[in-house]
Amino acid sequence: MQIDNTLYLKRRIASQIGLALSMSAMAVGLAVLIWILYILFSNGLAALDLNLFTHDTPAPGTEGGGLRNAIVGSLMIVALTVLVSTPIGILAGIYLTEFGDESKTAELTRFVTDIMLSAPSIVLGLFVYAIAVSTVGNFSGYAGSLALSLIAIPVVMRTTENMLRLVPGSLREAAFALGAPRWKVSTMVTLRAAQSGVMTGILLAVARISGETAPLLFTALNNQFFSTNMGAPMANLPVVIFQFAMSPYDNWVRLAWAGALLITMTVLVLNILARVVFRDKVH
Amino acid sequence: MNMPTTSMEGGHLVSNEMVMIAKKQRLQDFFFHRVTQGFSLLVLLALLGIIISLFINAWPTFQKFGFQFIWRVEWDVINKDFGAAIAIVGTVASAAIAMVLAVPLAFGVAVFLTETCPAWLRRPLGTSIELLAAVPSIIYGMFGLFVFAPLFADFIQVPLKSLLGGMPLIGFLFGGATNGMGILAAGIVLAFMVLPFVAAVMRDVFEITPAILRESAYGLGCTTWEVVRQVVLPYTQKGVIGGVMLGLGRALGETMAVTFVIGNANRMPASLFSPGTSIASVLANEFGEAEGLHFSTLFALGFLLFVITFVVLAAAKAMINRAEKAKGS
Repeated sequence: MQIDNTLYLKRRIASQIGLALSMSAMAVGLAVLIWILYILFSNGLAALDLNLFTHDTPAPGTEGGGLRNAIVGSLMIVALTVLVSTPIGILAGIYLTEFGDESKTAELTRFVTDIMLSAPSIVLGLFVYAIAVSTVGNFSGYAGSLALSLIAIPVVMRTTENMLRLVPGSLREAAFALGAPRWKVSTMVTLRAAQSGVMTGILLAVARISGETAPLLFTALNNQFFSTNMGAPMANLPVVIFQFAMSPYDNWVRLAWAGALLITMTVLVLNILARVVFRDKVH
Repeated sequence: MNMPTTSMEGGHLVSNEMVMIAKKQRLQDFFFHRVTQGFSLLVLLALLGIIISLFINAWPTFQKFGFQFIWRVEWDVINKDFGAAIAIVGTVASAAIAMVLAVPLAFGVAVFLTETCPAWLRRPLGTSIELLAAVPSIIYGMFGLFVFAPLFADFIQVPLKSLLGGMPLIGFLFGGATNGMGILAAGIVLAFMVLPFVAAVMRDVFEITPAILRESAYGLGCTTWEVVRQVVLPYTQKGVIGGVMLGLGRALGETMAVTFVIGNANRMPASLFSPGTSIASVLANEFGEAEGLHFSTLFALGFLLFVITFVVLAAAKAMINRAEKAKGS
């Protein structure tokens, strides 16, 4: 008996071609990641030395130099941002979970927060320039932190909400049955149970804002000198990288690569850390 | 307030003290509700603030040029004559190129991760795609400028120009200088950048396809590819479109990845190779020196960008929400 296999073969070949293409798409994605990391390491490691942390950004045309002022500036701006946006984001996230199912405004807030997560960051910089730079009269580290907070708060808010929703309802009900008021249940039972998840959100927010350049261009600006005054223009890694990478000086470009390596490593380590923190607690 | 000191029966249990505690707790809860609500409303306030402050600062430009501002091709800082068309064309063209390249790739990645990938590889590969999404955009920009653009000029632009440059109708698309910069280069770098965002959303929505649908299709003798095309894709349509639009929103508003490679020329691009500019890169390059009408024109561009991306992202979010609701039913 002879069975006609051509149709079956055709379908199987079509399937195999499709799957092979999808596998090559995955390969392209991985290749891009590896390529970028390779470029970063090969250029960044060559520029990495101790001077990076002990010298400030060089003036045009001078030799050597480091990134000390930019590293310190970035750390201060990011630290202030985290300090401000963590409590705000967590409390707002609690509102969305605890009271959010009862009102239309909460639903709208959730929707807008999701949009703010992907909103063009350069426009956030423009907005902060209009409210906190042109009114005060000078660029400042504070303005930079404000602009970054507009990105960090939505990240913390949405992760907190998602993590609080994972807490079993029975835990909440048990606390209520003991007569605990709502605020105590939210802050001391639910939030505590979701601790590691919320921590993940904060780490992801730090990772997200550490590399943001566009919002800092019009707010913190840059400063060639070492300064810890957040009321004045402040050096920071992303803006220094932007200016130095586009410059004609070789040592500036080298410093830009070193800065790029520092930032990317920070961001990737934070991302991996966030996953580890979350996984260890869940299982 | 004439609360009884004790209730009829039960005696000491419902004492005045307990009523006081209940009252206190209710007050605390009221404040807790309002305070947390206040913080969550900050997001809405920020949105309103952005729209209003951008519009106010952009007003002189809108007043002078009216609606025509959107399609005027002038950009003359000295004579204070501005139009948004050049930047809008650059923004839309680079984002469109990025989507054309990134969407099929992202689809492939998502199919691979959900269908063919061995279980033990799923997690590490998924994580590496997510890490690609976490790389700061300025890194994509530097990568584009120092590594991609020179290779692009030698291995893609020159062959494309000699191959297609002489063809009628489409030949003009491949004219111009082959120095690696330009709209096409920016689009490709953007594609690398949005690929992981789109892939992540697609993977997530593919995973919500009920196993029973897949299994029924396999039971009927479908091949894996047929299951993807005719069961998973139709089922997750809304989520997939949502993911694509989310990527589009990102691509439209991206600053750093574009500014490094688009060439930053305020001319209407004549071909895919010609340098152009996008709204975000004009802002990044010119805001520092802008004064007067130039200054408010940049705010007007920012306002347009925000409105465009807001609409795209809102549509994307609505689509994804509907796809996720379908999962619940």
